[in-house]
Amino acid sequence: MKPEIKFALILACLAIAFLASGQQANPNADLPRIQADELAKAIQSSSGQKPVVFYVGPVILYNQGHIRGAELMGPAARPEGIEKLKERTASLSHDQQVVIYCGCCPYDHCPNIRPAYQELQKMGFSKVRVLYLPTSFGTDWADKGYPVDKG
Amino acid sequence: MAIRKAGLVLALAVAVAGVYAARHHYRSRSVSLPNLPAPQLSLTDIDGRAVHTSDYNGRVLLVSFWAAWCLPCNEEVPHFVELQQKYQNQGLQTIGFSVDDARDDLRNFYQKFKMNYPVVPADQKTLSAYGGLPGLPTTLLIDRRGRIREKYVGYTDFNKLEQRIIALLRA
Repeated sequence: MKPEIKFALILACLAIAFLASGQQANPNADLPRIQADELAKAIQSSSGQKPVVFYVGPVILYNQGHIRGAELMGPAARPEGIEKLKERTASLSHDQQVVIYCGCCPYDHCPNIRPAYQELQKMGFSKVRVLYLPTSFGTDWADKGYPVDKG
Repeated sequence: MAIRKAGLVLALAVAVAGVYAARHHYRSRSVSLPNLPAPQLSLTDIDGRAVHTSDYNGRVLLVSFWAAWCLPCNEEVPHFVELQQKYQNQGLQTIGFSVDDARDDLRNFYQKFKMNYPVVPADQKTLSAYGGLPGLPTTLLIDRRGRIREKYVGYTDFNKLEQRIIALLRA
């Protein structure tokens, strides 16, 4: 094999390894996002269609504090969380704007948002976005003064 | 030839740096607290043993909120085990509060990681007692006088944490 080809192959392998490691480290990178400030404005707005907000994380964290008006589904990484999400959304129009969020742990490694997003996509919802909370709900929503309900 | 070698070395360095960054990119935040008094709690660990935080008065207490299903938390636990092993004779005590774990998952995790400190399933009261849980993982450091001195939200910077533990043990 010519040295130039060998060199190009090595570079290609390194590039693939680099991309693969990044993908593994951030399995939620490809999900369509909504930023916290945009969602806060939308839920406080008196005009326009408001998104339905579903919380798909642990119940104990929801009870501690959650986005005003958000509905509790439970952890979507577990079958009971997915079942509740399916039941709740069965009667919704597929054009409905839906926001799902968790914030239990850093976004990049949240085990709940992808299963919830995939289920809604499978059901035919076309306007689903995931709230981007890089560190956690407390840090990126509550501590920033966005509207919170307790219990 | 020299240019090709330099290119190869550069590409290798970029790839290694990329892999390192991707593996250690968790976001975290450190919150300094104004010496709030730590709660005195009576709890039960996963083996059914009573855990009274008052038993640790006079020690430096490391409180870890985590979950077996939380990947960044999983990566933290071996560090906590190591810190406990390294500093227990100097006065460090670690407690792990597990959040929303199924009991079997928790027990398997506990055994797999050879956790050498009490692990207690957290309830709503526990979270409230420590001022609320912003998310997982969250780590608190409590000094020998029972004051909450640090709160780290997200993946912990263990170099910084260890330096802080040493300082509190010496204080």
